[in-house]
Amino acid sequence: MFDLHGYGWMILDGVQVTLLVGLAAMVGAIAVGLAAALAKLFGSRIVRGTVEVYTTIVRGVPELVLLLLVYYGVPTLIQDTAAAMGREIEVTINPFVAGVGTITFIYGAFASEVFRAAYLAVPKGQFEAATALGLNRYLVFRLVVLPQMLRHALPGLGNLWMVLIKATALISVIQLPELMRSADVAARTTRMPFTFFFVACLIYLAITLTSMWLQSRAEAWASRGIERTQA
Amino acid sequence: MNLDLVIENLPRFLSGVVLTLELTAASCVLGFALAIPLALMRLSSVRLWLWPATAYVLFFRGTPLLAQLFLIYYGSGQFRPALESVGLWTFFREPWFCALLTLVLNTAAYTSEILRGAIAGVPRGEIEAALACGMSRGLRFRRIILPRALGLAWPAYTNEIVYQLQATSLVSIITLMDITGVARVIASRHFAFYEAFLTAAVFYLVLVYGVLFLAKRAERRLLAHLRPPDARAAKPGFGFIR
Repeated sequence: MFDLHGYGWMILDGVQVTLLVGLAAMVGAIAVGLAAALAKLFGSRIVRGTVEVYTTIVRGVPELVLLLLVYYGVPTLIQDTAAAMGREIEVTINPFVAGVGTITFIYGAFASEVFRAAYLAVPKGQFEAATALGLNRYLVFRLVVLPQMLRHALPGLGNLWMVLIKATALISVIQLPELMRSADVAARTTRMPFTFFFVACLIYLAITLTSMWLQSRAEAWASRGIERTQA
Repeated sequence: MNLDLVIENLPRFLSGVVLTLELTAASCVLGFALAIPLALMRLSSVRLWLWPATAYVLFFRGTPLLAQLFLIYYGSGQFRPALESVGLWTFFREPWFCALLTLVLNTAAYTSEILRGAIAGVPRGEIEAALACGMSRGLRFRRIILPRALGLAWPAYTNEIVYQLQATSLVSIITLMDITGVARVIASRHFAFYEAFLTAAVFYLVLVYGVLFLAKRAERRLLAHLRPPDARAAKPGFGFIR
């Protein structure tokens, strides 16, 4: 359909990096999100305050600025601090680590809200019934609450994944050879920017559509055993 | 931390704030105007209306803003002779124009989805009451459905404005001097990376929470006559995950 002048493989490598960054950041965001949700629900005042500051920053600062701050700012900050203490060191961050770290940091905050809402959506009677059966706190969570949380969290997590995978395009700004960056390099050398950026768009679209399909399957699976009301 | 450098460069940052706000305001107004017909097309049962609008919304919501920006700014270069022959090249040559065009097309897709949900959420009884009063289709839409839908959509639309404010930071990649653009130049010129980007972050924080504060006040005025529970469906819990 498109003549890619031999750059097809490079684009495919880029797709791989994009998916890898996306999956790594998604796993990180789920871990951070769960921890932050628990902190918000059960933490002491100081813990809750800290999480509040974290989500406030993520809500108010653009992803690009955070990414540049992590990739360029953090190493120089460490160097300057070390220099102030009389040490000369040189610090650099790998673009992959900076990218995954930043995206994890941002989407962990969003995931925490998804998990918190999912926890609150589990009816109180479920906790009481589980306790009445003599389950301890840990078993109540693992056997009764978590499976039901999953059902309530899935739409939010699916949405999060689709926003997250698009956000990985920003990492091309710090030269990580993911899909956007590969398309950029190919566009410059072949002087066919429209063709390559359009191909990149179509690939992102394919990822989104596949994710939407998988999400609907996963939601159906998580809602098995739930009676559906006739619309 | 080199605070003098930040203070010295405050006027540059302020000019960046102006560009950021200009792009946000212009793209939100134009995007909103485009979103109304799009939302109506998406609600139409006529395939000729429905399908193009669905494809449009899917494309702009399913691909990254950065890819759209590059597609329009760099991609237009591939059609330079054609664009020159119709006299449009003078526009597409300008990063400012391409940035605004991309932001408008992008926000229109997201806004149309917000409006579609809101229009579909207008209570049936109110539309029936309008019908009973003998209002024509256009009048019904203008006087009853649209105002009601705008009220329902407002909380979600507030998040869209804030998202748009942050999305404008991408224009710095195509050389525009918004807040992020100014920070990038200062960072590399003075080797002051964290000072510059932290300052930019503070500016965005102030603008974002300023906009949210104003939007909340506007909401109180706008929806003063309504009991808030009506708006609950349209209000997402946290921020602007889209």
